[in-house]
Amino acid sequence: MNGLSLSLQRRVDAFTLDVTLEAPSGVTGIIGPSGAGKSMLLQMIAGLVHPDQGHVIFDGESLSDATMRRFIAPEHRRIGYVFQDALLFPHLSVAQNLDYGAARRTSGQCVSRDEVIDLLGLGALLARRPHHLSGGEAQRVSIGRALLSAPRLLLMDEPLSSLDPRRRADIMPFIEALHRRLDLPILYVSHNIDEIARLADRVVVLNEGRVAASGGVAGVLNQPEMQRLILGDDGAGDPAAIVEATVAAHDTAHHSTSLSLGAARINLPLLPLEVGTIVRLRIHARDVAIATEPPRHISIQNIIEAHISAIAPTGGGQCDITLSLGGVHMLKARITANAQETLGLHDGMKVWALVKSVALASGT
Amino acid sequence: MSGTLFSLSLSPAEAQALWLSLKTGLVGTGLSLPFGIAVAWLLARRDFRGKVLADGLVHLPLVLPPVVTGYVLLLLFGHNGPIGHWLESWFGFSFAFNWKGAALASAIMGFPLMVRAIRLSFEAVDPKLESAARTLGASKADAFISITLPLILPGIIAGSLLGFARALGEFGATITFVANIPGETQTLPIALYSALQLPDGEIRALRFVLLSLLLAAGALLASEYLARAAQKRIRGRA
Repeated sequence: MNGLSLSLQRRVDAFTLDVTLEAPSGVTGIIGPSGAGKSMLLQMIAGLVHPDQGHVIFDGESLSDATMRRFIAPEHRRIGYVFQDALLFPHLSVAQNLDYGAARRTSGQCVSRDEVIDLLGLGALLARRPHHLSGGEAQRVSIGRALLSAPRLLLMDEPLSSLDPRRRADIMPFIEALHRRLDLPILYVSHNIDEIARLADRVVVLNEGRVAASGGVAGVLNQPEMQRLILGDDGAGDPAAIVEATVAAHDTAHHSTSLSLGAARINLPLLPLEVGTIVRLRIHARDVAIATEPPRHISIQNIIEAHISAIAPTGGGQCDITLSLGGVHMLKARITANAQETLGLHDGMKVWALVKSVALASGT
Repeated sequence: MSGTLFSLSLSPAEAQALWLSLKTGLVGTGLSLPFGIAVAWLLARRDFRGKVLADGLVHLPLVLPPVVTGYVLLLLFGHNGPIGHWLESWFGFSFAFNWKGAALASAIMGFPLMVRAIRLSFEAVDPKLESAARTLGASKADAFISITLPLILPGIIAGSLLGFARALGEFGATITFVANIPGETQTLPIALYSALQLPDGEIRALRFVLLSLLLAAGALLASEYLARAAQKRIRGRA
């Protein structure tokens, strides 16, 4: 089969990693709390760490197989690795760092040097030493260096987590461009749900060395237990729904774009996207209010008909309402227990969800 | 023979002692450097059974009285010593009472200092840099030579200087192992000591002191220059 297929086991003291997964083309997000074994998994795929048991197969080629005592050295796997802390070679210039892998490459390249420099905006940095780069610049160089070694698969181990939120926002478009312009399968490890929602085509949730869930991004990440696992107590305090919507129409006069979620519509400020593009939205429960009648004379524009599918008290006098929009689409609303009682909300009831704000997770 | 203190021309005895010091110091340091790098790497990067013992053994010459080290060398490498006898009967090679023995003694005495400096520089280099190099297509040896070695170069320079400086000052182990033979094993400190034993040797002794000072200052300047050049290669121009 195409892509990556693996089953790996490794024990270190009291920790056991036991993971079986398949990752075809596109971006596979691997998410989980720290200590879940995400980095160890990538290191075994790259060949930097020996597994106790199991195998790794890429595009039909066996990279390691414990029962056959087969283990291909990392330098022969053609797997690119972007580390959390860029790990640029400090005694080499940016250009020399970029060329390090290219000089040792044994097979044809998938992307030209000029294209990488252009894609990642490295032109002005080439003569500099890693000491004189910002964190975001260093990470971009590190991505370029991995790409120029002509990998068949790219592993990215929390490439943005050592950066502040602004740098993170700066570099995200580069990773998205990578994903769109190069036909390169990527395994993207992160503990940040927003990054995964924005970048990944599918997601694997890892917890305590095992796969807790895997599948489509919205389907997996909307499960309350997955949100609790990934976000911890913060997540319980600020749940959100990930919604996949299609760009339906643009209204240039009002400077807005209309997205369709099944039968429902959501309006956003004008997006530079073609009609038909699928985007992922992240809608926080605290940004959703509920009305039992269609509200009129109100400034909120995004009002969606829905049915209540679950009511869960969260303590502190609040409860989370899960709203079904028909099909796979869902929203979450956090309201006070008092409001729930006054409005007489119950399972299956028809309501109107008032969405106060929408964050675009992907598609830009 | 009893020239003035600041005469610029060296007497044959002075030239001999200076040359011998340089030769034993450079040869001893140079030949022990690969071993020093290997041992420093083992101690910095590997965990193995008996590591504490190995660490202690390396440091032994630093804490033992030099005379003891010299005597042990004599027992092992002398004409009748197990290693010395073997080397002589199989290769016709001997350390006993010649300048090669002096070089060996100075290498052994400088070894702990050399290993210490190189080990520290190994520990300052992130081993994950080699992992990154491996994922970019470099073999283990290639990653070591192209990444780690250039990064520890300042440590290698510092370790070599320390070893060389220790070799220049070496007295006890050398005189015990290979004795005091002018032109063969009489290095600067031993020549200075010999001069002091003579009734009118004070001026001669002082000239040896001046020579030692010049040699030490020269070595220090050379290593400072090399260390700066290496540092510049790593950091690039600001």
